[in-house]
Amino acid sequence: MDIATLAFSALYQFGDAFAFLVLSACGLAVIFGMMGVINLAHGEFIMCGAYVTAATVHAGLPLPLGILCGTLASAFVGVLVELLVIRHLYERPLDTIVATWGLSLIATQGTLILVGSTMAGVGTPFGSFQVGAYSYSIYRIVLFVAALAVLAALYALFNWTRFGVLARATIQVPHMAAALGVDTRLIYSLTFACGAGLAGLAGGLYAPTMTLVPTMGATFIMEAFVTVVIGGADVFLGTAPAGGLLAIVKSGMTSWQGQLFGQIGLLIAVIIVVRVLPKGISGFVLRERT
Amino acid sequence: MTRSGMRGLRAAALTGTLVFASGAFAAENPIKLGVLEDQSGDFAAATIGKVHAIQLAAEEINKAGGIMGRPLELVTYDTQSDNTRYQEFMRRVLQRDKVDVVFAGFSSASREAYRPIVDQFNGFAFYNNQYEGGVCDGHMVVTGAVPEQQFSTLIPYMMQTYGKKVYTLAADYNFGQISAEWVRKIVKENGGEMAGEEFIPLGVSQFSQSIQNIQKAKPDFVVTLLVGTAQASYYEQAASANVNLPMASSVNVGQGYEHKRFKPPSLKDMYVTTNYIEEIDTPKSKAFLAKFKAKFPNEPYVNQEAENSYLALYLYKQMVERAKSTNRDEIRKVIAMGDVCMDAPEGKVCIDPKSQHMSHTIYLAKVGADHSISFPKVWEDIKPYWLGEAGCDLTKKDPMAQYTPSNPPPKP
Repeated sequence: MDIATLAFSALYQFGDAFAFLVLSACGLAVIFGMMGVINLAHGEFIMCGAYVTAATVHAGLPLPLGILCGTLASAFVGVLVELLVIRHLYERPLDTIVATWGLSLIATQGTLILVGSTMAGVGTPFGSFQVGAYSYSIYRIVLFVAALAVLAALYALFNWTRFGVLARATIQVPHMAAALGVDTRLIYSLTFACGAGLAGLAGGLYAPTMTLVPTMGATFIMEAFVTVVIGGADVFLGTAPAGGLLAIVKSGMTSWQGQLFGQIGLLIAVIIVVRVLPKGISGFVLRERT
Repeated sequence: MTRSGMRGLRAAALTGTLVFASGAFAAENPIKLGVLEDQSGDFAAATIGKVHAIQLAAEEINKAGGIMGRPLELVTYDTQSDNTRYQEFMRRVLQRDKVDVVFAGFSSASREAYRPIVDQFNGFAFYNNQYEGGVCDGHMVVTGAVPEQQFSTLIPYMMQTYGKKVYTLAADYNFGQISAEWVRKIVKENGGEMAGEEFIPLGVSQFSQSIQNIQKAKPDFVVTLLVGTAQASYYEQAASANVNLPMASSVNVGQGYEHKRFKPPSLKDMYVTTNYIEEIDTPKSKAFLAKFKAKFPNEPYVNQEAENSYLALYLYKQMVERAKSTNRDEIRKVIAMGDVCMDAPEGKVCIDPKSQHMSHTIYLAKVGADHSISFPKVWEDIKPYWLGEAGCDLTKKDPMAQYTPSNPPPKP
């Protein structure tokens, strides 16, 4: 087998693992990494996005519009959850664990009761292409591009827009932001909605490739949390390198020894990074500035 | 709510049940059946139908006068696809609810979690699920199909049709590992070779690298022993990467109706050996399906485990009526006669006294490009012979153990 084929296959596997880690983690990076809310219902926001995407596609919308609907639906649910539950718990971070865990149980069981144990899939678009002896799914490349686009959009949003500046100010020193006339409650709501929407986007993007069941969020949550934990507080500077590092470890170990070792390698990498860099990768990158 | 209010409610609920039970059957003492199945969690899609099948059979039996004139009462708990729940609820049904028999379990991990508790409290349990085989335990009756029924039919057929290089992709726990051992053994006996094997942890949903490993090994077909809804994502991902290899399985389609859940043609050329699926076109099967759909119109699919659970209740009725007792030792004397049989929706089934497993009609189901099912082959009356031949004889000795081809029963 020639070098180019091998190189492409390694790159493809890296991109695939990277996309999964980054897309799973982005929403959580905003809600947990940035806002400090330990959101155990993250997987259920993903499930919500996937379900709405599949339902709208079944109703006749094209897939990109379906994904948009899934994203918006999750963001909307995020606003409601923030208003009704999270808003009252910003001063009590440990209580948010219990509250969001409860929400996740309610969402999973509620979906099971209301929608049933499974939902019909929508099918993966675009087909496949061949490189050397291997054939690949084009949609996985789309997922990789989407992950890069989401990272770029988040960087732009939090660094170049007025909302991004206000959001960072509000989260860093809330009373100062309020004194300067910022409606901090609104900013918190919008930021939470942004995180929930990103989770919905991940669900929408992965909906065509996965089983649609009420417990599907659980398959994202481990990857999401470890990426955010080793990424640290900064959404862009944390999630992107953390996703890259973990993707290298995971795809390398999986191709060498199979899925089980991929998962073991991932968790060992996380333990090492947390031990060496307690503030995560972004804490390390930003240490000069603080 | 106040404490006394709660107590009042609970009392009302209790009397409600009592009134209901006594309304139909004078003062007869009910036969209690514990039902421990996953009604939520990762396995729910495949197992909710089992609970419904038991409810259907219980309703029919009660309408027809119960078992020996005694009504059947179900004590149902949701085990949530969680092994520790099985242990907790198995203790509860045996110790507190004092049920006469328990129908329990989907995954082999859950069965091995609760089986020592059944043995410890001297209970009696039916495992109505296909599995990796080898359980030689007098406290258990197994109505599901086992490897000698599913693989010794399926693998030779696939090797004749497609070729001798086989790749196994299996769930990484006792079911997948032992089933893969069976596949290895049968492939070798038939002069084939294993192109590769990979074991996937439960809950994994991303398969890009596994797909590439399969393409690298270039097998003639892939044996997929994937369990749980997360792992079912493999089919969609393999189809979109255009793997385009025939697949063979003992669990998929017949349990998780993947051909209904995924968009065609992702399960094209999937071959499954199963003792029942709702597409089977015989009058008995159609009648069973019609009864099922009449009671549960929204049931997404009636799978093999639903049929196993349904027929198990009728087999239990027959055993109790012939033994004139719900005592396990009396019932096992009836099983030992070797003629506990019935005409089930799949065809005739009988319980093998040596292993307390069941003979089956095995249907080879093929999934077409449009996800329609055809049956290229049917094997009638395939016996669960392995345990008996290997040396398990429950009519003589009860070792309460599980055996595998590499760990057979000790020679006497």
